[in-house]
Amino acid sequence: MGPVTTRSYFDLADGDRSRVLEQVRAQRARVAERLASVRAVVTVASGKGGVGKSFATASLAVAAARRGLAIGVVDADLRSPTVARMLSAEGRLAVVGDRVTPRVGAGGVRVMSADFLLEKGRPLAWREPAGERFVWRGALEVGALRAFLGDVDWGALDLLLVDLPPGADGVSDVATLVPSVAGAVAVTIPSEESRRSVARTMRALTESGQKVLGLVENMAGYVCGDCRRARSLFAGAAGAALAQEFAVPLLAQIPFDPAALPADPGPPWTAAVERLLERLQ
Amino acid sequence: MKFLCLDCDAQMDFADRHQPGDGTFAAAFTCPRCGRSVAMLANPMETQMVSALGVQIGGRELDEQPMEFVRKNLLGRDDAFVDEGEDPPTARRRPQWSAEAEQRLARVPGFVRGMVKRLYGEFAFERGIAEITPAVMDRARTELGLEEM
Repeated sequence: MGPVTTRSYFDLADGDRSRVLEQVRAQRARVAERLASVRAVVTVASGKGGVGKSFATASLAVAAARRGLAIGVVDADLRSPTVARMLSAEGRLAVVGDRVTPRVGAGGVRVMSADFLLEKGRPLAWREPAGERFVWRGALEVGALRAFLGDVDWGALDLLLVDLPPGADGVSDVATLVPSVAGAVAVTIPSEESRRSVARTMRALTESGQKVLGLVENMAGYVCGDCRRARSLFAGAAGAALAQEFAVPLLAQIPFDPAALPADPGPPWTAAVERLLERLQ
Repeated sequence: MKFLCLDCDAQMDFADRHQPGDGTFAAAFTCPRCGRSVAMLANPMETQMVSALGVQIGGRELDEQPMEFVRKNLLGRDDAFVDEGEDPPTARRRPQWSAEAEQRLARVPGFVRGMVKRLYGEFAFERGIAEITPAVMDRARTELGLEEM
């Protein structure tokens, strides 16, 4: 056989039977179509784990629902899904026609979470070849998030909150799937470590053109049950510092309260929702 | 992805695909001029790369089912979904399932069983097949790339 002369993909006039690009476009179109009746998609993000991001998501959701708004929550933290439980949403997912009905939690909040899918106590696991899992893990997780957004019958919503896993990656994942995302709420605790970590995430948000709608500072001190004096839990004032650095409002400073329940959010959450809604207008 | 028959300088047609269940994937292409066939054989990693995107090599025969990506890729609990069929306004007559086909379907893991049943049902309905038998399931498995389900 002599020298082989081939042509490029684009030289061949007939279509690509697989139409991979068209399939991906169809996936995106499906997400856009399903979210067309959602007035605003807002992510809840934090660079740091353990700051109470899911707690903030659930509390904001219920506080907004009590204001008479139709609210949905996507739990995008596939590895550690907690927001559904905080909202008391559980049970089997009904598949009706071409979509899945979300579970309904506290305050009538519609919820989709990996918590409904995973075996109790079992970690997130995919059907995949045993080796080199890191290669496609990101694609699998984005695919699941796409399904949570686009395969669920969200109906008409005023606000769909997306509770992201810790870190900045989820921010860009949602922005890719939902170009119309209205913005993000960042969650921090007062410590300097949290300030540094959350600043990275907020910078990732702003550099990708997303609007940071505001900050929630969680665990901002606690009130002593005996003397009723306010005391600090962490050294630092990350909420105020980040709000100033990024010129965004501090939506709420939430003191630590071991008895607090997201299903029954207090006045600070109600105020935070009001500020958030102002920012969305 | 396109295949070019060098001898004929012609684009080859997609002919068939096969997932034998060992994590690999095969797709066959045929030259429309000389009839020569070639097969593209993907190893488990290459197969997974495509699967992770939620796309199908050779094109999608049926619309994506709700949560299809999750149900195909996630190791989830058997009772996570309850398939309640069609919306009443869009309900249409479904093919019947033979007893043998029902028995075979019962061996599919619960997490994906409802979706697989819908896919077979769609496949049969689109082709005017009144009864789903094991033979129909075999055909659908090949044509829809359901070998691993």
